[in-house]
Amino acid sequence: MNATSDRDPKPWQDQLFDVLKGADIRQVGYVPDAGHSRLIARCKADPEICDVVLTTEEEGVAMAAGAWLGGQRSALLMQSSGVGNCVNMLSLIRACRFPMLMLVTMRGEWEEFNPWQVPMGSIVEPTLKLCDTHVAKVEQPEQVMPAVQNALQLAFGDDRAAAVLLSQKLIGRKVWVK
Amino acid sequence: MMFERRAAMATLLANRPNNLFVVPGLGSCTWDAFAAGDDDRNFYLWGAMGGAAMIGLGLALAKPNVRVAVITGDGEMLMGLGSLATIGVQRPNNLAIVVFDNGLYGETGMQASHTQSVVDLLAVARGCGIERVMEIEDEAGLRELAGLLATSECTLFARVRILPDDPPRVLPEKDGIVIKERVQRAAEKVG
Repeated sequence: MNATSDRDPKPWQDQLFDVLKGADIRQVGYVPDAGHSRLIARCKADPEICDVVLTTEEEGVAMAAGAWLGGQRSALLMQSSGVGNCVNMLSLIRACRFPMLMLVTMRGEWEEFNPWQVPMGSIVEPTLKLCDTHVAKVEQPEQVMPAVQNALQLAFGDDRAAAVLLSQKLIGRKVWVK
Repeated sequence: MMFERRAAMATLLANRPNNLFVVPGLGSCTWDAFAAGDDDRNFYLWGAMGGAAMIGLGLALAKPNVRVAVITGDGEMLMGLGSLATIGVQRPNNLAIVVFDNGLYGETGMQASHTQSVVDLLAVARGCGIERVMEIEDEAGLRELAGLLATSECTLFARVRILPDDPPRVLPEKDGIVIKERVQRAAEKVG
């Protein structure tokens, strides 16, 4: 698995789209990441899903709150560095008990070429927990679907924030030389 | 001209159609909206600085039959400046962003904001691709804007220059869960 790159499509990435679609996710906010590129492409191709490219991840937290006010479910896709950008906006989720589903592709934890990814990557899990977010970390492809199903249940069943961290082991190393 | 903020809010929300929802930015705009008359269709913000426009976008995309007016201050808008770029890409026709601009951070002691010197929010909105960008010059312009909140056929951005006054605080409901549920129920009624 270590020889694969983050550009190679993986079967779990299509399954992930099917799970979100099946859960009636209608707005998907994202700051692009190679590990999410397949999912982003599938969302863009689906006329029932509104895909929203964000300038910073906290925009997606606020958008999720607005979507829920209007009765729509949403998801926020981001890289681990984006978690730090969300911290204050997650107050909105906790203060109002909004559902908030976050899918986070990890950097800075496994076969990481760029040391600048390590500081944020290493504190994603405690940071999210401090923000009252349920966190599940996934390292094996067969764990992705159960973890996302559970996060959907937590977010939309219990009106709270839930995140799934998708390990670098799952995604493959970043391609640096083309 | 420079408007009194409470009077400007009252003009914008007078004769408000049933489907007009308001996201007032934290602080003074939330107090102004409440002062204009408590309403289940106001999503009063007590925090989430920089998030008002994106909350408005999420609601506007979710409910095409609802009209959304984000009414916020220059400081709150500056913290979420990137959201104007995001909104420029989406451009829902049922979303308006109105900035009450006094060039000051009012809640914290009237310190100067960026708009008091060189930053022009209308130029930013235009540069982000927002289709209709308006400076509100007088009472007639404000009444025109009030009408457009109900009828505009494109995404709208308006700047209302307000006086640096600090009217007495009037505080709406503070419990976020209550505020959320009121707005949700009101949105469901619109269909």
